[in-house]
Order: sequence, then C-alpha cells, then structure tokens
Amino acid sequence: MSATVTAPPSVSAVEGRRRGTGLRRRQAVAAYCFVAPFFLVFLAMLVLPLFYSGYLSLFREQLMGGTVFTGVGNYVRALQDQAFISGVLRMARFLVIQVPVMLGLSLVFALALDSGRLRLQRAIRLSIFVPYAVPGVIAALMWGYLYGPDFGPFAQGARALGLATPQFLGNDWMLGSIMNIVTWSFAGYNMIILYAALRSIPPELYEAARVDGAGEFRVAWSIKIPAIKPALLLTTIFSVIGTFQLFNEPSLLRILAPNVIGVGYTPNLYAYNLAFTNQEINYAAAIAFLLGFVIMVVSYAVQLGAVRRERRS
Amino acid sequence: MQRRTNRPAVALTAALATGALVLTGCSGSPAGTSDTGSAEAISQEEIDAAMTTETDLTFWTWVPDIQNQVDLFEAEYPAIHVEKVNVGQGAAHYQKLRTAIKAGTGAPDVVQLEFQHLPSFRLAESLLDLAPYGAADVAGDYADWIWSQVSDGEAVYAIPQDIGPMGNLYREDLLAEAGIEVPTTWEQFAEAARTYRAANPDKYLTNMPGNDAGQFVGFLWQAGARPFGYDGAETVTIDLDTPEVAKVVDFWNALVRDDLIAVDPDFTDQWYQGLVNGRYASWQGAAWGPSFLQGTAAETSGLWRVAPLPQWDPENPASGNWGGSTDAVLTTTENPIAAAQLALWINTAHEPALELATEDFLFPASQAILEDSAFLDQEAEFYGGQQVNKEFADISATVTPDFGWLPFMDFVYSSYNETVGKAFADRTDLATAMAAWQDGLKTYATAQGFTVK
Repeated sequence: MSATVTAPPSVSAVEGRRRGTGLRRRQAVAAYCFVAPFFLVFLAMLVLPLFYSGYLSLFREQLMGGTVFTGVGNYVRALQDQAFISGVLRMARFLVIQVPVMLGLSLVFALALDSGRLRLQRAIRLSIFVPYAVPGVIAALMWGYLYGPDFGPFAQGARALGLATPQFLGNDWMLGSIMNIVTWSFAGYNMIILYAALRSIPPELYEAARVDGAGEFRVAWSIKIPAIKPALLLTTIFSVIGTFQLFNEPSLLRILAPNVIGVGYTPNLYAYNLAFTNQEINYAAAIAFLLGFVIMVVSYAVQLGAVRRERRS
Repeated sequence: MQRRTNRPAVALTAALATGALVLTGCSGSPAGTSDTGSAEAISQEEIDAAMTTETDLTFWTWVPDIQNQVDLFEAEYPAIHVEKVNVGQGAAHYQKLRTAIKAGTGAPDVVQLEFQHLPSFRLAESLLDLAPYGAADVAGDYADWIWSQVSDGEAVYAIPQDIGPMGNLYREDLLAEAGIEVPTTWEQFAEAARTYRAANPDKYLTNMPGNDAGQFVGFLWQAGARPFGYDGAETVTIDLDTPEVAKVVDFWNALVRDDLIAVDPDFTDQWYQGLVNGRYASWQGAAWGPSFLQGTAAETSGLWRVAPLPQWDPENPASGNWGGSTDAVLTTTENPIAAAQLALWINTAHEPALELATEDFLFPASQAILEDSAFLDQEAEFYGGQQVNKEFADISATVTPDFGWLPFMDFVYSSYNETVGKAFADRTDLATAMAAWQDGLKTYATAQGFTVK
C-alpha cells in the first residue's frame, strides 16, 4: 500500500534528478569542449615538449660515438658548471636589485594615480604603460642605440660637456643597463595590476580613515598597501620568473658588446647557446630543467615568506 | 620571385617526409657516400635524363641577388625549378640547417656553406660526394689551396663559390697626413701603429675586433700556423702552442697592451661609423671587403686603397683566407643529379660565374674568372681607380695551402670570443687567453668523443 502511494513522487523525483544530471552532463560536456582547445595546445606545446626535454636531458649525444644514457650525469655536470652557476648568481643579483626598484616605482605610480590628484590622469597612465606595448626586441634595439659609446645621445651629451663617455655597454655597467631596460619595459605593466587592485578597495575605508584624521600618506601606508598585498605578491612572482628567464635583452645587446655578454650571461642564453652553438642539446635540456627548478624554489620562497609575514602580523 | 602559398608547402613537406621514410625503409640514401673513395661516375645519359625531368629544387643561400643566376640556370634547364630561400646569414643559417637536417624534413637540396663549416657537415654525413656527378672534372679550375678545402682524396664535398684572401684596405689620405708609408712587413706595421697613434690621440691605425675569430684565424693562416685538422674519422688536431701561433699572438699582444690599436667589435654600428669617420685608418680585410666597404662607407669614396697584408717574410709573400663560401648538396636530396648540376653550373659555367663576380661582387674562386679581363680590369672609383680585383687576384695566388678546420667550428669561434676575443676587448694578456682557448677546445673535443692529437 504505502509503496503504491510513495511510488509516483519518487519516480518523478528520479526523473527530475535524471533531467537534472542530463542537463548537468550537457553543461559539463560543453564546458570541456570550451577548455579542450586550450588543453590540446597546452598538451602539445607545453606538456609534451616538457616530457621530451626531460627525456633528452637523461642522455648524452656526442658528435662522435652516438647517444648514451647518462641518467643524472648532465645534472651533475651542470651543478659543477661555473658558467651556469655564475649565470644564476648574476640573475639573483639582478633580482634583488631590479625587482624592488621596479615594483617600488610601479607602486608609487599606482598610488599617485589612485590619489586622484593628478591632472591628465589618463594620459599619464597611458604613457607609463606604453613601454610595455613596445616589443622587447625593439626596446633592446632602441636602448642599444641610446647606450652607444660613440653616437648615442648620452655619449654625445657627455662629450659636449667635456666628461668621460659613459660605458653603458662595458663590463661594469652592462647589468645595470639591462636592469634599466627591463624596469622601463615592465614598470607600467605592474603599475596597471596594482592600480586595478587599488580601485577595488571599498571607498568607505577611506572615509572612515579620514574621519579618524588620517592624511593621504597614512591612508596609503595603512590601508591601500595592506589591501593590495595579494597583487604585490603576484607582481613579485611574475618578476621573479621574468628575471630568471631573461633572454631577449642580453641576446640583442650581445650583438653590440659580444665580449661583455658571454655565452652564459643568463642561464637561458646559456641553454640556447649550448643547444645551437655547442650542439649539446641534451645538456641544454638539463640546464633548462634546473633553471625551472630554481625558478620554482625562488617563487615558492617568496610566496612562503609573504604568507609567514601575514601570519605574524 | 615566385611566391608559394602555404598549401603546396605543406603538401611538399608531407611528400618529403613520406619520401624520406620510404627511402630509409627500402634502400640507402641516393648516394650517401661518406668515405673518401668515390662511387661510380654518373653517365651523361643519366644526367641528361634527370635534367629534362620536371624537378623542384630548394636552394638556401644568403647571396642577395643570386636569383639572377638561378634564373639563368632555369633558362638553361627549363624542367628544373629552383626555389631560392634566404634563411639568414652566419649563425642563423647554420642553426636552421642543422635543425632541418636533424628533423629529417625541410632541409634544402643545395645549400651555401662556408669553407670552415664543411667538416662539421661532413661529420654528420650530410654532404653528398659530388665527384661522380661531374665535380671531379672541375678540380683543375681551382687553385690548390681552394680545392683542398672542399675535397678529400677523390671525394668532393662542395663546389667553391667565393673566397676571401686577405689584404690590407687603408685610407691613403690618413696615412699620407701622418707621413706613413704603407707597411709591407708586420714590423713596419707595428711601427706605423705607434707613429699614427702618437699623431692622432683619438684615432688608430687599425682595429682588432674581439668577436671575429675568422680574421684572427686568417692571420694565423698567413703566419704558417696550422692549428686545426680533422682526418675525416675520429681524430682532430688542435695545436695552438706553436712558434707560428706565438709569433702572431706576441705581435698583437704588444699593440693591444700599449693601446696602439682599437679593439671595437666588428660588424656593429659603432664599427661602421669608425670606418666612415676615420677612427680606423686601415682594415686588414678580405677580398670581399672592397665591395662591402664601398657599400658601408660610401662617404669616403676615393680615399681607400688596397695593398697586400704586411708580411712576416717579404721574400716569400703569403696570405691567409678569411671567409668565402661554397655550394654543397645534402645527402637527403631526392634529386642528387639536378642538385649537383645546380651547384656546379652556377659556379663553373662562365656566364653565371662571371656575373657572380661582377654583379653580385663575390670574389671568385674559379681560376677562369680570376684570369678573365672582364673581371680583372674593373676600376673602382671608391679606390681611386685602382684595379682592386687584380690586386686581390694576385694576393689569392699567395695564399698558402693545406689549412685545416675542426668539425665543430661553431664552438671554436664562440669559444674564441669568450677567451682570446675577450682578452682583446679587455686588453688583457693574449697568451694566457690562447692557452685557455686551446684547453677549452681540447676538453670539448674529448667530451664529444674525438681523439685529440
């Protein structure tokens, strides 16, 4: 009895559920279809090459004598390779100097724009951002000309004033010159990220702060900067990754100063030269993997440091 | 120039790929002989048959206007269609070529190669022995020092296209101003560098770049050093520790140390400016230098002259070679006969060979062109009416034979920049740097499985 009474609703419920899962499944299929193109390309262009180069890095192919399995031999060699290590250390130096300077500038620009006290706000925002729109290769060529020791404007200016020609492309200045190019290119980009984060802070907080008697600087220090910490962390990690992958700028300036920027000036440049000049593709793959590992470790350390600080405060 | 759409290109690649599979599957490559003993000669009938069969060839070259000579070839052999591709010059060219060879598809049939890179492609068994295709018959058309660069025993791996015997390009006006005679010995050259520098605080007699191993190796060649060698099998010779090498190193060491010569990298904007504005009063360049200079420093027209290099032993004038190139056929070609004929015809038939010399300004390797008055008697206004070609043709006869290379010159030159080149640029001791260069080369060669002698 009771079964016959309860049966109809349960059937319809099941049907309803089935209709529901059918819809959900259709939606799920549609969703997979939408992400499929990305994953196909992701698999073909990133995951597969990654595995392939991982595989390559375990072998050694000699010009004479063919290919032999070496296991971690290439990695052991890389860890003792002065050229690779000095490249990584050079990038570490680059990181601790250039990234704080660039992000500091980005933050100052973003806060200035956000304060709403600037005239021609849009024009200023755009002009700070424009260098990012200049392709890296063009930027390096342009700066290469500006740095030129003979006919570069700085050199000409210095000569006109009777000063010594600044050797921007010399041994001592080169790293600083590259830092300058990268800062010029990316300060605007990071500024936009920080500025967008600033715009999303609820204005009530400012009103409350003002009621409490806080000035513009106090607001920036105590409300704005803490509120955009996640964005700052994001830009920091982007910059860490970008630094270790530095390639375009040194490889183009190398044409102008071939004896200042050597084959191993940056780890990426080194991997490239190993593969295409030395024909040591397997070793280059190992270097690339180690570089990826270094980036992972440093990024993780940055993130961990940020989280720790958060917890402490 | 004909433009291909993408579709046929894709189809072509697919066809090549399957073709390659079939080839490796059933038979050996068309004629992939790697030993020095040459195979049976191809008969004239076979050549005629191949040259009248519809064939597509790809030709990688960086000579800008060689399309004109390719057109001549196509007019001569209407069945053969040649697609000329310029994939870049220098490192870019070789990187792409090696990648294509490694990938097994996309490599050209005929490719331009510099002399020093031939052994590395021979090592990879990428070069077709052209002797059976008629190349053996043209040996007599080249000076010994040139032919020995492209051949090994009976085998011929490339057809010489242009050469770069080294000479001295100098500014007559600047030397006269400083009261300096054109130096005929290196001793006089060093003296002249000192005198010139004393009179011109911001100028130099010459420039020695830290990024041009080719030029420096040319100086070693002239001095009689034979630092490199490859026996075609497993043994390489690396010997930079000889009196001939030391002579050259010590010479430049003194000039560099005392700031008597400039040390700017060459083929950069700064260097071009230096040639124009008189920062360098001379350039110890090669036979391809005059036409290059004419294009680069047009403002200084009429002021330049050409002379032989300063000599170590004026009784026995000698020169080295810097640059020049060949056309080779890759073993992967499906049309070895037509490809070999292209490489041969364009460089040895009189009309295209003469045009390459007089219109494309390649300094000819072919003796017939080197003796052709249409080439020799050209007077260059840029050089004050001097018959520059004749000057360099005479120098070419003094280039010493039997200079060898290593089968990994990419690395040799890149390693030079890191060691000796850097010492030039930083004005530090060249002898120490030479030792480092030699050590690096030996380590690399050993690691690559060669026996080092």
